[in-house]
Amino acid sequence: MEQIVRFNENKRNYSENKLAFAPWYFLLPAIIFFLIYVIFPIFQSVWISFYEWDGLGEAQWVGLANYVELFDDEYFYTSLKNNFIWLIMYLLAVPMGLFIALFLNQVVFGIRFYKSLFFFPFVISQVVVGLIFSWFYNPNFGLLASIFLSFGLEPIAVLSDEDLVTYGIIFAGLWPQIAYCMILYLTGLSNVSKDLMEAARLDGAKGLKMLWHVVLPQLRPATFISVVVTVIGALRSFDMVAIMTEGGPYGSSNVLAYYMYETALSEYGFRLGYGSAIATVLFFIMLVYIGYFLWRLYKNEREV
Amino acid sequence: MYNKIKLTLVSLLSVILISSASFARDLVITFDDMNPGPKAAFENAIAKFQKENPDINVIANNGDREEHKAAIRNFLIADAPDVTSWYPGNRMRPFVKAGLFEDVSDVWDANNFHEDLAAIKPTMSIGGRQWGVPYSYYQWGVYYRKDIFDELGLFEPNTWVQFKYVCDKLKENGITPITIGTKYLWTAAGVFDYINLRTNGYKVHNDLTAGKIKYTDPRIKKTFEYWAELVNAGYFLENHSSMSWQDAVVPFANGEAAMYVMGNFSVDAYKNAGLSYEQIDFFPFPKITPGVPRAEEAPADAFFIPTNAKNKRDAKKWLAFVARPDVQTEWNKTIGQLPINSKAQVADDKFIKQGFETLNSAAGLAQFYDRDAVAEMAAAGMEGFQEFMMKPDRLDKILKRLDKIQAKVYK
Repeated sequence: MEQIVRFNENKRNYSENKLAFAPWYFLLPAIIFFLIYVIFPIFQSVWISFYEWDGLGEAQWVGLANYVELFDDEYFYTSLKNNFIWLIMYLLAVPMGLFIALFLNQVVFGIRFYKSLFFFPFVISQVVVGLIFSWFYNPNFGLLASIFLSFGLEPIAVLSDEDLVTYGIIFAGLWPQIAYCMILYLTGLSNVSKDLMEAARLDGAKGLKMLWHVVLPQLRPATFISVVVTVIGALRSFDMVAIMTEGGPYGSSNVLAYYMYETALSEYGFRLGYGSAIATVLFFIMLVYIGYFLWRLYKNEREV
Repeated sequence: MYNKIKLTLVSLLSVILISSASFARDLVITFDDMNPGPKAAFENAIAKFQKENPDINVIANNGDREEHKAAIRNFLIADAPDVTSWYPGNRMRPFVKAGLFEDVSDVWDANNFHEDLAAIKPTMSIGGRQWGVPYSYYQWGVYYRKDIFDELGLFEPNTWVQFKYVCDKLKENGITPITIGTKYLWTAAGVFDYINLRTNGYKVHNDLTAGKIKYTDPRIKKTFEYWAELVNAGYFLENHSSMSWQDAVVPFANGEAAMYVMGNFSVDAYKNAGLSYEQIDFFPFPKITPGVPRAEEAPADAFFIPTNAKNKRDAKKWLAFVARPDVQTEWNKTIGQLPINSKAQVADDKFIKQGFETLNSAAGLAQFYDRDAVAEMAAAGMEGFQEFMMKPDRLDKILKRLDKIQAKVYK
């Protein structure tokens, strides 16, 4: 049985309390770096968001002016709306990942090879995925255009259409994300208890019923992780947007992360205060999910 | 023993003294164009400068343009070279304001640049002082397929009516009149600038980019009305917003499109796309409002001295050197652009010669929308132009949005 060694008041001597200190030695490096590179920058960017600063001259205190401006900024709302579209559409990766995992979870000759094929998109860089898909969508030489033409239809320029562009990018983003969820489910499936399956089968359960009542409950940890990584992935979507459209046409595929980069660090704007204000808003949206995630984790640990 | 130590010390000291005296002074120059032409021109100039100044040890760094744009804010503060290339107008303004560029008015005074470089002087000046020295500029205008024009019996249009007639004829023959790729936005700004310069003239361009005129001003609306005539008639390439300017060269090269509103740097791309010199030609953007003096777009490239430079004395020597007539002649011959020094000679090339004539007779030279306007305004403005080209009926909404941003940016 495990037992946590606690500081013993009766033992005044350091050497006698060594075991109580030991965990902190190991935690210390991680804590220090976490403070410097994660916690401190969070407070710093909230702090900068109260300033007007171009990164070169003197920063000027403007109070809440950046936030007032933000809530009157059309581009901000477009980005926010797109972030929510991302959030909802991206979650499709979870059921699709499950579907592929169930499909691949069988013993056939060469199954490892097939699995690795499905996993492949997750291994290649997001930038490459973005490039491949922008060629795929290209109205002049893209695969999609050829498909349309073969049906005698006029090809659509997905990435130039303000209504389709976000969906087009999300579709590209789903490709690696489904692979990610699939892997999570595959590892989950290998832990599904054979005894329970056996017992359920004796009771006459099969097909969807078996999946819903017997398999899925056992996959709960995998589902939980998939949802969390997908939600966070959707909120911080940046690479795809940067590679495929740079937020265009005219800002209609922007998301908060890219809009922040655009205002704070791109060629046409060095408004670090305004960018930080966007980052702060994005951070608080994420905090909802991260908070929920931590709360669940904490609860689970206590139950165990 | 004591003597021996003393001897060693003295000899050591003398070695240090001698070697430091024979050390040439380092001059670090940072440049930002890796394309074959500009790279060669830069290297040739460095070699010439080195030869003329054997006492200076020139260390030349050449890098990618986009990387340079991203890095300059850091290196101006942290590790400044003695000279760096950069752009005039509003692009240099933040660095001048932050005190990161050195005032080089004395170089202008000492070398008679006020007269020789007069064409570009206004955009090199802030607060009546000069902050850099330009080495090259180039014209914008309409590049067209001469062979297609000849085949259809078309001539270089001079007026707006003629221009629309040419567009119409081309379209009738199944050819896209004007190719353009607006994925990176600035190409649309070129078209806007020209229609605006021809409709309202140089002063309105400057007042607009300086934030003195609103975008909903009737004069600017007039500009968009003319532009809408082209957009609504379908004279521009379809799907332009998913293409870069290089992508848009493809339909031009294979004869699907016949005109391109562009800068002279594009000539290289036409040739690389397989067009012969005889197939392409150039005309200045046609007149719109009669009586408006003709102003042109002529973006310049320049060299600057960072305030944190270590060797400013030799840096100034380099600035004086790059603006010298013979150096500018040579440099611009190599890169196919125009020298700024009025005493320099232009290359014997039909595009350069036409560009030289066009710019020399111009009533004013604009830098370009995204160099004349403040960066943040330029970004929003160019997105607005792109949106207008795709959804012309949203014009009022777009202009109101630009007004709002303008009010914010030019407080």
